[in-house]
Amino acid sequence: MSRKAYITLGDRITAATDLVSQSSWWGQIQTWVEVLLTRLGLRGQGLVVAIPYLWLLLFFLIPFAFVLKISLAEAVIARPPYTALIEWTEDAFIDIKLNIANYLFLLQDDLYWKAYLNSVKVALISTAVCLFIGYPMAYSMARANPAWRNVLLMLVILPFWTSFLLRVYAWIGILKNNGVINNILLAFGIIDEPIVMMQTNFAVYVGIVYSYLPFMILPLYANLERLDNTLLEAAADLGCRPIKAFFSITLPLSIPGIIAGSLLVFIPAVGEFVIPALLGGPDTLMIGRVLWDEFFANRDWPVASAVAIAILLLLIIPIMVFQRFQAKEAEAGTA
Amino acid sequence: MNKNRSMFLISGLAFGFAFLYIPILSLIIFSFNESKLVTVWAGFSTKWYGELLRNEQILDAAWLSIRIAVINACFAVALGTLAGFALARLGRFRGRTLLTGMVTAPLVMPEVITGLSLLLLFVAMQDLIGWPAGRGVTTITIAHITFSMAYVAIIIQSRLSSVDESVEEAALDLGARPAKVFFLITLPIIAPALISGWLLSFTMSLDDLVIASFVSGPGSSTLPMVVFSKVRLGVSPEINALATIIVLLVAVGITIAGITLNRQEKRRQRDMQMAVAANE
Repeated sequence: MSRKAYITLGDRITAATDLVSQSSWWGQIQTWVEVLLTRLGLRGQGLVVAIPYLWLLLFFLIPFAFVLKISLAEAVIARPPYTALIEWTEDAFIDIKLNIANYLFLLQDDLYWKAYLNSVKVALISTAVCLFIGYPMAYSMARANPAWRNVLLMLVILPFWTSFLLRVYAWIGILKNNGVINNILLAFGIIDEPIVMMQTNFAVYVGIVYSYLPFMILPLYANLERLDNTLLEAAADLGCRPIKAFFSITLPLSIPGIIAGSLLVFIPAVGEFVIPALLGGPDTLMIGRVLWDEFFANRDWPVASAVAIAILLLLIIPIMVFQRFQAKEAEAGTA
Repeated sequence: MNKNRSMFLISGLAFGFAFLYIPILSLIIFSFNESKLVTVWAGFSTKWYGELLRNEQILDAAWLSIRIAVINACFAVALGTLAGFALARLGRFRGRTLLTGMVTAPLVMPEVITGLSLLLLFVAMQDLIGWPAGRGVTTITIAHITFSMAYVAIIIQSRLSSVDESVEEAALDLGARPAKVFFLITLPIIAPALISGWLLSFTMSLDDLVIASFVSGPGSSTLPMVVFSKVRLGVSPEINALATIIVLLVAVGITIAGITLNRQEKRRQRDMQMAVAANE
């Protein structure tokens, strides 16, 4: 933009600004808001940062301190069902009781280990399958002509907006013994008796891949869409075959997208509860479900908290890597 | 493009979209099934929609969920806009890294952990200051605002980062106060992002089962909680009818929003170009 254009544009904006703010209700509201904020002694930038900051501090960060605290308490039958860590004794001593029994319990009982390792395994395999299905989709979408691109993008986003719970529920009707797949296979005489798919690990994989696929496609698409086409053209001009160009140009350049998409699938999948609860069987052990059962069925808040801490220890590094990527992407304005 | 290659890509796309949409289609088809055995076809019927509309438990829960979702979306947009604006426009303020962390972590944090941690916070707060007294609508709304605002913040931040800052700077240079610039320039520019943020917060709140289960109290069962307890006992055609209604509403809503936003965006870009062209 030339300097002159810049200034004229600025003039127009101020003129428009004044017109609107002098005459309309919009200006009134603005003035009220400003007066209100000044009265409260809060002004400008400090306020803009402070409000969301305090909210997230109080309702997102500080709660983790309570999880850690309760994980060191003992379960009792009371309301709330745990003991206090710090107590005033009669002779004015502060009595601090830290109970690590919950953690020892997790270490000793196989159930927790199995659930923990199985969750990581399920999440890793699901992430790989999502990548395997999602990459070609994202790639073809990014290569489609622009008019189609938006339609395809909308089609990927649409299921994401409809209820997650109901989409998982849909699979029950498809996978169960007298469900859609078995009925079709039986009708064509391909099988003689229904294949048991519900309440198996297979169903859990299907559910997770299905639910998280859009999270894999979207960052991959965002990445592949802004891939510089001239690189591929140059490679082709120099006699590079498309397959080779893909592996030596497209794939390496899309690694940030692959990492972002994989983390978006892997991290929540480790702690997934709804999918194993609805599609998995009693032997599908996943750590999110264990936490849920400790909390709701056994009412053992301290053990549930210890499980939460164990999950966090596992996820803290992937979460930090994800944040790095997200911050970079956001600054580039492409998130 | 090579013919084999494009065939491969097209079949990949077709397979992927079939995978995404067949379950949703089967939900819709079997909502019109006469039989209670959801997956065995016994003729066309709309009786399950009637049953659904007579099911007081589901209707009450749906109404509660909608109220929570609306309040949640309004607060989340306000708070998320402030956070996104701070991250995109205020440069390197103190504590920026922590704010970035607190905005991105809720996007991936497993829900069981968020739910449990918020519940423990609410219990402790009730002990210390007596608020929130018990758990219910208030605590669910607070929990939803917390994760929704993170999504809004990301949307707003990315929108602001992709928009030229010079218009705002020009207004500031010409003496407009920062608050005025925000309300008259920044806000209209990010209007599409505000709308998508509101809609996203609304649907996420309407959809949340896990976090709401942790922080809800007696008498405050949201729609997903009621659906989950029904679905756990097996398939039910009423739930298919509910799903069909939700899918239709979302599809219509998204299409309208998409078309409107697209049109507005084009108009805005044209105006900007004309403003530039007129002065060159």
